[in-house]
Amino acid sequence: MTESPVRRHHWIVRLTHWVTVVTLAGLITSGLQIYEAYARFGGRGGPFLPSPFNDTRFPAWSRLGGWLAGALNWHFALMWPLVTVGLVYLGYLVKSGEWRALLFRPRDVPGAVQMAGYYLGLRKQHPPQGKHNPLQKLAYTSIYLFGALAVLTGLSIYKPVQFGWLTALFGGFQAARYWHFWTVWIFVAFTLTHVILVFTVDPASFRAIITGWYRGRFPSHD
Amino acid sequence: MTKATDRRGFLKLAVGAATAPLVAACGWDGGNALRPALLDVSRVNDWVGEKILFSSARLARTYSPAERSAMLPSYFISAMVPMLRNPDAWRLRVDGLVAAPLVLSLDELQRMPRVSYTVKHHCVEGWSAIASWHGVPLSAVVERCRPLAAARYINFVSFDADYSNGWDLTSAMHPQTMLAYGMNDNPLPPAHGAPLRLYSPVKLGYKLTKYLVSMTFTDRRPGGYWEDQGYPWFGGI
Repeated sequence: MTESPVRRHHWIVRLTHWVTVVTLAGLITSGLQIYEAYARFGGRGGPFLPSPFNDTRFPAWSRLGGWLAGALNWHFALMWPLVTVGLVYLGYLVKSGEWRALLFRPRDVPGAVQMAGYYLGLRKQHPPQGKHNPLQKLAYTSIYLFGALAVLTGLSIYKPVQFGWLTALFGGFQAARYWHFWTVWIFVAFTLTHVILVFTVDPASFRAIITGWYRGRFPSHD
Repeated sequence: MTKATDRRGFLKLAVGAATAPLVAACGWDGGNALRPALLDVSRVNDWVGEKILFSSARLARTYSPAERSAMLPSYFISAMVPMLRNPDAWRLRVDGLVAAPLVLSLDELQRMPRVSYTVKHHCVEGWSAIASWHGVPLSAVVERCRPLAAARYINFVSFDADYSNGWDLTSAMHPQTMLAYGMNDNPLPPAHGAPLRLYSPVKLGYKLTKYLVSMTFTDRRPGGYWEDQGYPWFGGI
């Protein structure tokens, strides 16, 4: 049986999604090149914050910029589109009211537990849900907050004197570098999970994020 | 069916076409096509850094001498630590768009007002280290040479190969910007720019010219050793 297509993603959502994909890829790869210049976290002479990546040199294919200055110029250019689409997307969610389907709130906690139970095989029936299940809401809400954290930690190491209060809030310059670096792995883990889930659970949603139209198994989720 | 296949084929092609240049781009500074655009954005960031984010009233946090780092790396361009053959003959020249050009000996600089602090040094590479510095506030030298209205920048030149840095006047006049002749309570060591270096906690390390010989006031933005190779010109933090 063929489902009739439903309109799922506004062009603002699709545009900001794909601009984020490209800019985040550039920011992460140039960030790994920047990291190489001082591949640890702590002032000169130590002590150093615990990290499995001390003195790690990431593979050449994962580094953008060629050298420190080239990577810095990519990084400081791409920060603008990332922040811009982040704000445009937030503005769209607020204006359209779509934030209601995405924001994880305290009342989503019981549903999240049920959903986790379903995924762990403790529960046979897929719990009823709206557009997104509570675990999806949790993922989409927290990744936005991690995006904000990446921007704020980034600002605090970009201008640690002008934003000294922010740098202090993150525990100082080296600690802020540390948190900025860890947001990378959160984005990488989120992206991998996100892409795997799209293609294993709901491949039709891939077309929806490109064309805006969804034609697949879960029209009720709209 | 054919339509679906075509779409799938198109998507595969599109994804491939989009990722191939991304992968090829890694290790790439933008090449002749993009590098100039990236440098243009860097100029915009310089402007934002100088005109919007920088405040001359905002002071960098100071530390107690007990918090000094065990080490502070030093960099220079020459093959060996740059040192003067005849330190007594050394002078700092202050010239360019000024009403009163100066030629100052180290003695004269040391008789001028003195400032000292213990601050965190930030390197563009990502490391940081705490050290103490003492010297003459740059603003005291600027007041003495009386820059003309047209002067907007200072070009700091060293005797370390062709190392130099261009600065905006506002950062130069920041109360924590100094011409340092001492470090960690001692005279400035040769590795850190003896006899005189520029120091300020509001700039990255590569902007802090060591081994000073002259400062020239200009109306055109002077480049700098690293700045000309692509590092951000403003370098303010």
